[in-house]
Amino acid sequence: MAEQDWKANKRVFAAVSVPTLLWTLLFFVIPMAIVWFYSFGENRGLTEIEFSGTLENYKRATEFLYLSIFGKSFAVAALVTLICLIVGFPVAMAITFASEKWRPWLLLGIMLPFWTNLLIRTYALMMLLGTQGFANKGLGALWDGASWLKTLVGMQPLPTWEPVQLLFNNFAVVFGLVYVHLPFMVLPLYAALDRLDRSLIEASLDLGAGHFRTIMRIVVPLAAPGIVAGVMITLIPALGAYLTPDLMGGTDSQMIANVIERQFKKANDWPFGAALSFILIYAMFILIALQSMRRKVPEAR
Amino acid sequence: MTDAPRPIIQIQNVSKRFGKVTAVDNVSLDIMAGEFFVLLGPSGCGKTTLLRMIAGFELPTEGHILIDGQDMAGIPPNKRPVNMVFQSYAVFPHMSVADNVAYGLKIAGVRGGEVKDRVAEALELVKLGGFEDRMPDQMSGGQRQRVALARSLIMRPKVLLLDEPLSALDAKLRAQMQFELADLQDQVGITFVTVTHDQDEALSMASRIAVINKGDVAQLAGPSDLYEYPANRFVADFVGSVNIFEGKLTLDEPDRAAVDCPGLGRVYLNHGVTGPHGADVWVALRPEKIYLHVPGEGKAVRAAAQDAPEGHNFARGTIKGMSYLGDITLYDIELESGARLRVSRPNLSRHDQEDFTWDDKVSMHWRADSPVVLLG
Amino acid sequence: MAIFSRTPRAPLEYSRTLWMRLWVGAVMVFLYAPLVVLMIFSFNDSKRNVVWRGFTFKYYDKALGNDVLVEALVNSLTIAALATLISLILGAVAAVMLWRFRFPLKGAVDGTISLPIIVPEICMGVAFLIFFAKWLEWPTNLIWPFNLGAIIIAHITFCFPFVTMVVRSRLATFNREQEEAAKDLGAGEWAVFRDVLIPHMRPALIAGALLSFTLSLDDFVITYFTSGPDTITFPVKVYSMVRFSVTPEVNAASTLLILLTILLTAVALKLQGVKAIAETH
Repeated sequence: MAEQDWKANKRVFAAVSVPTLLWTLLFFVIPMAIVWFYSFGENRGLTEIEFSGTLENYKRATEFLYLSIFGKSFAVAALVTLICLIVGFPVAMAITFASEKWRPWLLLGIMLPFWTNLLIRTYALMMLLGTQGFANKGLGALWDGASWLKTLVGMQPLPTWEPVQLLFNNFAVVFGLVYVHLPFMVLPLYAALDRLDRSLIEASLDLGAGHFRTIMRIVVPLAAPGIVAGVMITLIPALGAYLTPDLMGGTDSQMIANVIERQFKKANDWPFGAALSFILIYAMFILIALQSMRRKVPEAR
Repeated sequence: MTDAPRPIIQIQNVSKRFGKVTAVDNVSLDIMAGEFFVLLGPSGCGKTTLLRMIAGFELPTEGHILIDGQDMAGIPPNKRPVNMVFQSYAVFPHMSVADNVAYGLKIAGVRGGEVKDRVAEALELVKLGGFEDRMPDQMSGGQRQRVALARSLIMRPKVLLLDEPLSALDAKLRAQMQFELADLQDQVGITFVTVTHDQDEALSMASRIAVINKGDVAQLAGPSDLYEYPANRFVADFVGSVNIFEGKLTLDEPDRAAVDCPGLGRVYLNHGVTGPHGADVWVALRPEKIYLHVPGEGKAVRAAAQDAPEGHNFARGTIKGMSYLGDITLYDIELESGARLRVSRPNLSRHDQEDFTWDDKVSMHWRADSPVVLLG
Repeated sequence: MAIFSRTPRAPLEYSRTLWMRLWVGAVMVFLYAPLVVLMIFSFNDSKRNVVWRGFTFKYYDKALGNDVLVEALVNSLTIAALATLISLILGAVAAVMLWRFRFPLKGAVDGTISLPIIVPEICMGVAFLIFFAKWLEWPTNLIWPFNLGAIIIAHITFCFPFVTMVVRSRLATFNREQEEAAKDLGAGEWAVFRDVLIPHMRPALIAGALLSFTLSLDDFVITYFTSGPDTITFPVKVYSMVRFSVTPEVNAASTLLILLTILLTAVALKLQGVKAIAETH
């Protein structure tokens, strides 16, 4: 595709570039730059902030408390991504190899929740997982059934069912994040699998490989770019998740976004919040840099 | 070969339907061990479906496929003693040539030095010796096809299936590969079953050809029989180019026959056709079997009369179109009846092209063994 | 296709294996069960959500009678509509710029434009909080809908890069010869844009609009930070209701919004067909 030099058609270039560049500069670059400056500032009084160029805020972020929250956020996001990958891969396979008639509807089935309001979905999940919710009722019914079976064979019945705490703990956060991010994983996986030349799979079967071996040795390596894309697209928002840990988590399930929020809304320590924000942004950059490095490796071969 | 021919693949009353579409319609045929068998037909005729059913990627709706006497029903592709070369070659892009070729062997549990030796041997066979460490994206289409061939041949299958093996190659390479494939088959002695829509490919490589039309076998014959004695209009028209005229059978004896064609005139054959007298039949006449004469019509009449009764195998017309193809020239001739006839003529000398030109009146004759009478 | 169809399964028909079907079925239940339960219980005649006490529309009356909730919903829809419109224009224009021209610092510009896709919501929320509260000092006492200005600007900023992304991948499939043919037939820049380029971008524009609208309607975090104390959007309102107490009123309001989502999807399907929608993603 031949791109035109901007000088060759200045009028059109101005028409398409000025609005975009102006908007991005004014409403994105400048606000982000302000946050960046704040992260080197100090609180002076209640609302005054002085840009003293101090590194104190970053130093504070390396305290054990905050490091452990960063670590935990990473662990949770990684676990969520892994679960989404394991759950989502067969779904993406099923969609790819579904009949022409079914494929669009299955895709739509995955996409519709993705379009549904995040807060509503979180709320729906909370309803289900609450101590009075259906998940608990279902487990209770199973428990009672087991108890009844035991009495049937002449054993002591189980103790009465105590509702489990499914909400407001780390389990709920992981569960909620998986629920919210699963479509993010399935769609890029599907896109990658759909591009795969089917005769490669057939060739592998033809040469004597079974289905499992074909998937591990042919499908997964060739779908690797899609898998990486799916992992990134799930990992990045999961790492910065605010709503799910806030609503579904317990007091010990704070993720980094919740800590940042607290600096602005409650603790009123904006410079520290700004520093934490930028650490999170840098973490994203590192992830993306890792991804693009990975992409270059096979080309070098 | 002195052995009695033994069927390696038996296709018995096989049908395949996709929903309401019938891709393969009650086909039965035997493919013999050591053959270079070609399934020839237009796109969408069901030939590829048939091949894929042999490989096990599609399952017959009805009927049975036997390979070396064993019924393949319920046997998945990875357990069948056949291997396939795919139309897109399906060379694994993330593996080196050696890894590609060794793939099946490693899965079969072959280890160590034997893998290396057999890979080298297979690559040598397809003239890719020394390419072990190349990646597929560093190779041309023709080379990738050789990798696919080696990858299949190394498995020593009972039958090698090839799906449109030459369709992605350019014309020169295709011609070369036709010879090489035939040589290769001779060398390894494995039965080859090839699918193609290209009649030249089929005629040049095959020991036997099945022409497939609308899911059914239209004719099963060797290359020259197929060309010279097509069994029906579809085959006559699909294999090579042909002039077809409708007519009535007026004479049919064991050693001679005659057809009266309103378009072409009276056609005489020096053999019988065993059709009912007065039946509607079709006469097929290949363009290269027609002799063109400069006006002075006596010559054409006399030439025709050498092996046909007076007034047979002779026509007159005007040249309405010409296309010069280098080795031959094609003439589009309007007959006196108004029908069109295609005639081809080798350019034996450099000046031949000037012998005939637009709007020339010409006479034509053909020999009594040239026309083919088709009943369907 | 019946669940247990009788024709034997060909090797690549993975989606016909039983365990695949169970897996996909389980995932679909996982994705939809909470939403279905939520919708069913919006008709439940009980203050507490879990026991079915009979069918009622009571909570729809209550939700629609709740002025704050209705105002929040109207605000959200207004914001989403305006943000979508402007994002669509900005996003398409940016896509054309990046696709068509070669200019200095292009890599940096490209990266900066796509950055809002990657930067965590919370960080952008923080940035807008500081920007609008401390620097621009966006007045909070303007009349409707200008009081929503800050939120709309914030939404456009994170929506338009998605439009750019979608439109750009569509433009990559544009055959330049079409443009040349139009010019050959006498069309000027503007005519080419209107008659050739826009029709080609159409599916991406529809997909981008759908994406912007849902992203905007969906957003809680950025709005929560950007909005002043007096402007309330639907997610912000639901958030405070959920925090405060779980009532069937929230179910009713949520059901309405889910229905709106389905309606929008249906409209998009009508315009584009399932396949096209599925493919632009």
